Amino acid sequence: MSKVCVIAEHRDGKIKKSTLEIVSAVSSSGHEVCVLLLGDAGVKSLASELGAHGAKKVLFAENPAFKFYTAEAYSVALAPTLKSENPEFVLAAHTPQGKDLMPHLSQKLGVGLASDCNTVECQGAWKLRRPVYAGKATAEVEFVGTGPKLASIRPNTFGSPKSDPAKSSEVVDISSQVSGLVGALKTKALDVVKGNSSRPDVTEASIVISGGRSLKSAENFKILEEMADTLGAAVGASRAAVDAGFRPHRDQVGQTGKVVSPSLYIACGISGAIQHLAGMRTSKIIVAINTDAEAPIFQVADYGIVGDLFTLVPLLTQEFKKLKEH
Amino acid sequence: MNIYVCIKQVPDTETKIKIAADGSGIDTTGVKWIVSPYDEFAIEESLRVREKNAGSTVTVVSAGPDRIQEALRTALAMGADHAISVELPDGADNFLAAKALAGALQKEAKVDLVFCGKEAIDDGASQVSQLVAAFLGIPCITVVQNIEYGASSLKCKREIEGGSLEIIESPMPCVIAAQKGLNEPRYASLPNIMKAKKKEIKILKMADVGVSAGDQKIRLKNFQAPPPKQAGKKLSGDAAQQAKELVKLLHEEAKVV
Repeated sequence: MSKVCVIAEHRDGKIKKSTLEIVSAVSSSGHEVCVLLLGDAGVKSLASELGAHGAKKVLFAENPAFKFYTAEAYSVALAPTLKSENPEFVLAAHTPQGKDLMPHLSQKLGVGLASDCNTVECQGAWKLRRPVYAGKATAEVEFVGTGPKLASIRPNTFGSPKSDPAKSSEVVDISSQVSGLVGALKTKALDVVKGNSSRPDVTEASIVISGGRSLKSAENFKILEEMADTLGAAVGASRAAVDAGFRPHRDQVGQTGKVVSPSLYIACGISGAIQHLAGMRTSKIIVAINTDAEAPIFQVADYGIVGDLFTLVPLLTQEFKKLKEH
Repeated sequence: MNIYVCIKQVPDTETKIKIAADGSGIDTTGVKWIVSPYDEFAIEESLRVREKNAGSTVTVVSAGPDRIQEALRTALAMGADHAISVELPDGADNFLAAKALAGALQKEAKVDLVFCGKEAIDDGASQVSQLVAAFLGIPCITVVQNIEYGASSLKCKREIEGGSLEIIESPMPCVIAAQKGLNEPRYASLPNIMKAKKKEIKILKMADVGVSAGDQKIRLKNFQAPPPKQAGKKLSGDAAQQAKELVKLLHEEAKVV
């Protein structure tokens, strides 16, 4: 059994699923999970959900400095607590926040960080693997030296978090220890400007539906959006579709875009260039729809349909709607 | 202003990655090396800041084996003034590389601004910009797609999930990690390519920048190709039948919807 600290991430008054899946999977493997939770006044109320997911202890600090996340505020507040807790592992989700924060903690603690791990064995001996060359290969991470081992975990690595409302954790207020540390910060987060998308982010969604240049226009992505909204999915795009101006770069899946591992990836009109495959090949189930039977995307697809996406996508949306109505 | 850009040399995105026979890394035979694409945005931004601030210089810095001098030449050809190469063994981790880069910057008279790419596309770790900033004791803002420059501070738009943006204000000096969209990198002009060939690259050893092999904190080993996919099912019938069949398979067999 290892002692594991997890850095909690929350937005809009909710703990993120990517945090809960780590807490749930690591604690159910028999490890002692201590969650560190920072936020503005009232963040303590989120501790019960962490307890229900298996956290043994939640250390929380409330301070106006944490109204918006900044790497500086979080790292100066967390480093001393992590030093005194001295866990075997410190974990966070490899999200825009986690990937920004963890290297600061790595430097402050003088220990190594395994970023973006997408295979985590934690029953008995720990084994972490991470993709390299955008998933064209994977490598095992070996930590050299002593002290806590840091790792950021790609969302959806462990699968759906499980909770039990009967479970609860010890909740400890560390606000007073932390308040002195965040008095003189250099960086200020002035605001968070919300994206206009109501859909989940491609890197965090359980289902991603992507389109390629065959969609022919930005307008035509509507048919993918409709299917996505039926499934609560995110909409992604190939580099060709982004370069053609059909979608913003933030939706690009591939080596120079986002790397995703959803449970279901539906590639519509995407041929499967090597740099696109690099961004999605670790998806659990891949569906390819393409008119070209020789397209490389079919080599990684679990289910393939050789056909016209403009015919198939609306039909699929109807079928998914029927399924959801049952 | 004294502007610095940290860059990394990586295999081209179209490279077919072959695992070395002993699994200790990749087989680099025949690999075409490029400047990591996000670093090009960092180089471009540094040149634009220099153009707006008379008397400024841009210095590119990289840490790694001998071949990285080619990447530094590329940055010089884009228009950087000076280049520093820190000799590190192949396989150095982000911690060691960042400490070496920070060590090289600490030897400079004054650092006003540091640019990096938001990640290198080989290990995709997104660590070095934050680590360099932490070693220098200055702020770091990552995944930046817009910068408003003030006299002694700047305001950045940082991309987070769902297309949302964090607006972060920071004093200078600081480290900025560039995201695509920050600018459109220029091509090197022929005269600049010729000039770059003659420019001196300053070479520093590990001891010069205060690092040793003991600063390596992780090692990647046991490299593997991604597990081969089982041949998938191609669905037959007309479009309506294919759609019905696919949804059934996703629901009952794959259990993902």
